[in-house]
Amino acid sequence: MINPKVHLSSRLFNNTEQKPTRDGYGEGLILAGEGNKNVVVLCADLSESTRSEGFANKFPTRFFEVGVAEQNLATIASGLGVSGKIPYISSYATFSPGRNWEQIRTTISYNDSNVKIAGAHAGVSVGPDGATHQAIEDIATMRVMANMKIFVPCDAIEAKKATLAAAKIWGPVYIRLGREKSPIFTSQKTPFEPGKAEIFWSPRRGLKLRAVIVGCGQLVYNALLAAKELEKEKIGVAVLNCHTVKPIDDKAIIEWAKRAGAVVTVEEHSVLGGLGGAVAEVLARKCPTPMEFVGMQDTFGESGKASEVMEKYGMGTKDIIGAVKKIVKK
Amino acid sequence: MEELNDKRIKFLEEKANRIRQDIISMLVEAGSGHSAGSLGMADIFTAFYFQILNHNPRKPNWPDRDRVVLSNGHICPVLYAALARAGYFPVEELKTLRKLGSRLQGHPHRNVLPGIETTSGPLGSGLSQAIGMALARDLDGKKYRIYCLASDGEHQEGNLWEAVMFAGKNRLSSVTVVIDRNNIQIDGFTEDVMPLEPLREKYESFNWHVLEIDGHNFEDIVDAVAEARAIYEKPTVIIAHTIPGKGVSFMERDYKWHGKSPNKEEARLALKELSQKGKTI
Repeated sequence: MINPKVHLSSRLFNNTEQKPTRDGYGEGLILAGEGNKNVVVLCADLSESTRSEGFANKFPTRFFEVGVAEQNLATIASGLGVSGKIPYISSYATFSPGRNWEQIRTTISYNDSNVKIAGAHAGVSVGPDGATHQAIEDIATMRVMANMKIFVPCDAIEAKKATLAAAKIWGPVYIRLGREKSPIFTSQKTPFEPGKAEIFWSPRRGLKLRAVIVGCGQLVYNALLAAKELEKEKIGVAVLNCHTVKPIDDKAIIEWAKRAGAVVTVEEHSVLGGLGGAVAEVLARKCPTPMEFVGMQDTFGESGKASEVMEKYGMGTKDIIGAVKKIVKK
Repeated sequence: MEELNDKRIKFLEEKANRIRQDIISMLVEAGSGHSAGSLGMADIFTAFYFQILNHNPRKPNWPDRDRVVLSNGHICPVLYAALARAGYFPVEELKTLRKLGSRLQGHPHRNVLPGIETTSGPLGSGLSQAIGMALARDLDGKKYRIYCLASDGEHQEGNLWEAVMFAGKNRLSSVTVVIDRNNIQIDGFTEDVMPLEPLREKYESFNWHVLEIDGHNFEDIVDAVAEARAIYEKPTVIIAHTIPGKGVSFMERDYKWHGKSPNKEEARLALKELSQKGKTI
C-alpha cells in the first residue's frame, strides 16, 4: 500500500499527469534564480531542450551561451563557481558530464567549485535518437568522483525540488534528467530531503515483506506499478525512492534490506556502477543480502519509441515483477 | 604601481634571480618536477607579483584582488617561489614541494595554499576558468583584472580554443593571456610535435589583441600588460618569447629539461651559476 506519509499524487494510478523531468528543472532554475541573484545558467546550444530557456528569458544577463563546447561549459562554470556565483550547466548527459568528465573532475570537483551539472536526456527513454544520445553511464562516472553529490529525481515535481535544493548545498551536484514525458506521481507535499530515501510503498497489513525495490528516476513509477501487481499475487514488497544516489542513504537501505532479506534495484542506467552498484557496496559491507539488478545489462541501447526501448532492454514493469519473483524464490 | 626606473628593474632582476635559486633548491629536494618552464617564466612571475598585480599577500581572499590563473600547473615551482617571496606563506615551506602532507602539491591545488586561484595541471582549461572569473567580475561590477598564464604546448588542446572563441566573441577585455612561448614540450619542439604557428594570426582571427614581447625584459612585460589594460574592446594575448631553462646555461633551450628535476650535482652547478649572476646585477 502507498505510504500515506509521503503524500503521493491522488491521481497516482488513475489518469496520471505526464511531464518530463527536464521541465521540472526549468521551473526550478527560475525559482532558484529568483531566490538568489548569484544563480547563473550556462548552456551549450541546447537551451530549449534542456529547459534553460525560461531562465535565459527571465534573467538574460545571468545566462551564458557557450556554443557547442561542453569542455568550455564546465570550465567557465568552474571560474564562476569560485567567484561567488552558483552556476548551473545544462546539456545532454552524454556530452556533459560525458565529454567533459576530466574538466569536471579537476576544475569542479577537486577544485571545489560551486557548480551544478544538469544532465538531460539521460537513460534510454531518449528513444529515437539512439544509443549515442542515451546516457547510461553518467551516474557511474559522476559517482566515482570525490566531492560530488547526485540527485536522480523521479518526476518533474521532484526535479524542481532537487534543482532548488542544489543551490542551497555548497559544492558540485549532478542532477540527472529525462527527455520523455513521465508520470507525475509525487506532490508538492512529498518530502525531499537530500540524502534521505523515502519509502513510497510497503506491504498491506497481513502481507509479509519479501523484497525491497530500491529505485531512482522515473522507473520508481514502474516499481510502484510492479508493487501493486505483486500485491494482487500476495507478494509483499516495499519501494524505496532513492533520489539521492550520493551520498546514499545507507541507513534506510540497510534497515529495509534486513527487514526484507532481498533487494531489487531499478534504474534507467547500466547495472554496472550506478544505483545498483551503490546499493551493493553498502550491503556487501554492512548487511550482505541477495540482490537483483534491473537496468541496462552491460549493453548499448538503440533507436525506437521510449516505451519500446525500455521494454526491449528489460526495464518495463513486467521485468521488475520478474526480478522480484526470481529473488523471492532464492 | 611603482615607476619602473633602473633601480626598480634591478630590484626585479634580483628577485627573479632569487626565485630561480628557489626553483632549483625546491626541485632537487623534491626529486621530480619541471625545471625548464619554471626557470623560463621566473621573470614574468616576478614582474606580476612584484610590479603589476593589485594584490595583498596578507589578504589572499581580498575580493578586489587581481586574479592569476596558472593554466599550465606543472610550472608551479615558479608560482610557489613567487608567492612565498611575495609573502603569501613562509619561504621555508618551499622545501616541502611534492612531499606528503605539504600544501605545495605537485600541481597547484586551490583552497590549501594562499594565493592559488585554481587547481590546475591537466592542460588547456585555465583560460575558460579565467573567463568564468571575468563574467563574475562583470556581474558584480568589480574592476579587478584576470591574468591567465598559459604554455605554448597546451594550445594543442581543444578546450583552450573553445575559450579563445568565447572571449573574443564576448570582448572580455578584463582577461589577459600570457603565453610562455618557449617552443618546447615533453616530446620535443612544438613545431615538430604539432605546429602552433602562426599563433599571432590565430588569435587575431578570433578577435583578440595580440602583443609579442621578450619574456625576459621587464620593461617589455610591464608595458605589454599596461597596453592590455588600456584595450577595452578586446581581450589581449601577450606572446612572451622565453628561453626554457633561462639562467642555467646547461638547461637552456633543451627540451629534455621540460619535465625533469636536477640531481644534486646539477643543482650545485645551477645554484653556483645563478648566485654568480646575482652578484653582477
